[in-house]
Amino acid sequence: MEKKVREPGAPPVQFALLDDILNLARANSLWPMTFGLACCAIEMMAAGASRFDLDRLGAGVFRPSPRQSDVMIVAGTIAKKMAPAIQMLWDQMPDPKWCIAMGNCAISGGPFQYEEQYAIVPGAHLIVPVDIVIPGCPPRPEALIQGLLALEDKITRGEGRNVLRRFKRVSGGVN
Amino acid sequence: MSEGLLGSELFRLILGLVIVIAFSQLNALFLVWLERKVSGHIQLRPGPMEVGPHGLLQTIADGVKLIGKELILPLKADKKLFFLAPVLVFTPVLVGFLVLPFSPGLIIHDMNVGVLLVFAFSTITVLAILTGGWASNNKYALLGAVRSVAQNVAYEIPLLLAVLSVVLMVHSLSFSHIVESQKTVWFIFLQPLAGLIYLIAATAETNRAPFDIPEAESELVAGFHTEYSGMGFGLFFLAEYTNMFLVCAVATSLFFGGWNGLFGFSFGIPGVFWFLLKTYLLIFVIMWVRWTFPRVRFDQLMNFSWKVLIPLSIVNLLITAVVVKII
Repeated sequence: MEKKVREPGAPPVQFALLDDILNLARANSLWPMTFGLACCAIEMMAAGASRFDLDRLGAGVFRPSPRQSDVMIVAGTIAKKMAPAIQMLWDQMPDPKWCIAMGNCAISGGPFQYEEQYAIVPGAHLIVPVDIVIPGCPPRPEALIQGLLALEDKITRGEGRNVLRRFKRVSGGVN
Repeated sequence: MSEGLLGSELFRLILGLVIVIAFSQLNALFLVWLERKVSGHIQLRPGPMEVGPHGLLQTIADGVKLIGKELILPLKADKKLFFLAPVLVFTPVLVGFLVLPFSPGLIIHDMNVGVLLVFAFSTITVLAILTGGWASNNKYALLGAVRSVAQNVAYEIPLLLAVLSVVLMVHSLSFSHIVESQKTVWFIFLQPLAGLIYLIAATAETNRAPFDIPEAESELVAGFHTEYSGMGFGLFFLAEYTNMFLVCAVATSLFFGGWNGLFGFSFGIPGVFWFLLKTYLLIFVIMWVRWTFPRVRFDQLMNFSWKVLIPLSIVNLLITAVVVKII
């Protein structure tokens, strides 16, 4: 028998079944925002197009308005001038929302981070709360799909609980 | 007592409305899934696959998620109008269903002005879009709403003129009369131009690509529903698909023979299945058009309506009137 301890960040009052159903729906319908910063965005577009097709997982509905999107994929270098805009977009998204930092630039500044650099924000976590990081320069579309699957598993709290999705990952990810 | 209650017109209307609401929601859920599958296959990708068999549960997941999302009311937005608009956009569509002739015995209320009723109420959709765009207090939403009004005013005229030429031939505004007079020959063969004009104008009326100027992503973020989150957006989305079903059902009964089979042969298939088959085929054609053609420019859109469609439909109406008079 597991000890019932409240997970960090979970709301104090929970409706078990309703929460599970809502999380299941949220995990399987992650609408990303149409929004790219640099070359990682090209890989993001490739992931949405024919060969990789994010729509298989229900995550291919790229919404142009932040009001209708669930996940923000920070795909590329965050220039200091761009940072306020990204923060504003994040604030405009309705809860519950998630953020994926895609590529080395969005994780830590990547090749642009060196001493005395003045142009970029080294890491998306400095301006928005990041749920999933996808390393690579740029990460391949497969990596983005793996990141999205990892985010789905994070939302449903474990891959085994995502009964809606038929596809199961072989290994890795947060469980 | 109970027989009188069951047979009464009021009971019939309420029962019909309940069935219509249930049907329109299920239909919209199915159509969203179909749209994603059609778009996927046109773009050489499978579309939704993982959530349920062939992604059938995808739109249910989307709907539950939209219900569970935060509803944002923008600062300085008009609260009453902002929340009224998504409801208002759904009402006229439901009224349209009341007079649709699914089969000879399956009409909720067969009115002698059914055609007039459908088109009179479908204009309210524009009002709802304008309300939503205005109440959002957002420049993109307002621009999208204004474009939508201009577009709908322009395309309402050829739409009605095309329908009028059919009405002239039947001498009736009742849907069941119009469908009955197409027992052997569908009106699309007698009125091919009117049918084509109707389909083009109906695509524009429902704000579907290539006429989806009101929500052009490249210029206007998301158009009139830019500020709507959660189920507010969901209702606009569902209304679009229900509206699409409505215009295709009207096209079926006006031009494609409604519940009648092919050239008077029904092959033993009940009328309602013929009706639904033709309607969904037309919906498929509209989806096909959407994923094949790029969005038109706004001036091209206006020119096409005022300079091409309206003169053509007026000429078509005149010829129809003369021919009907001679015969």
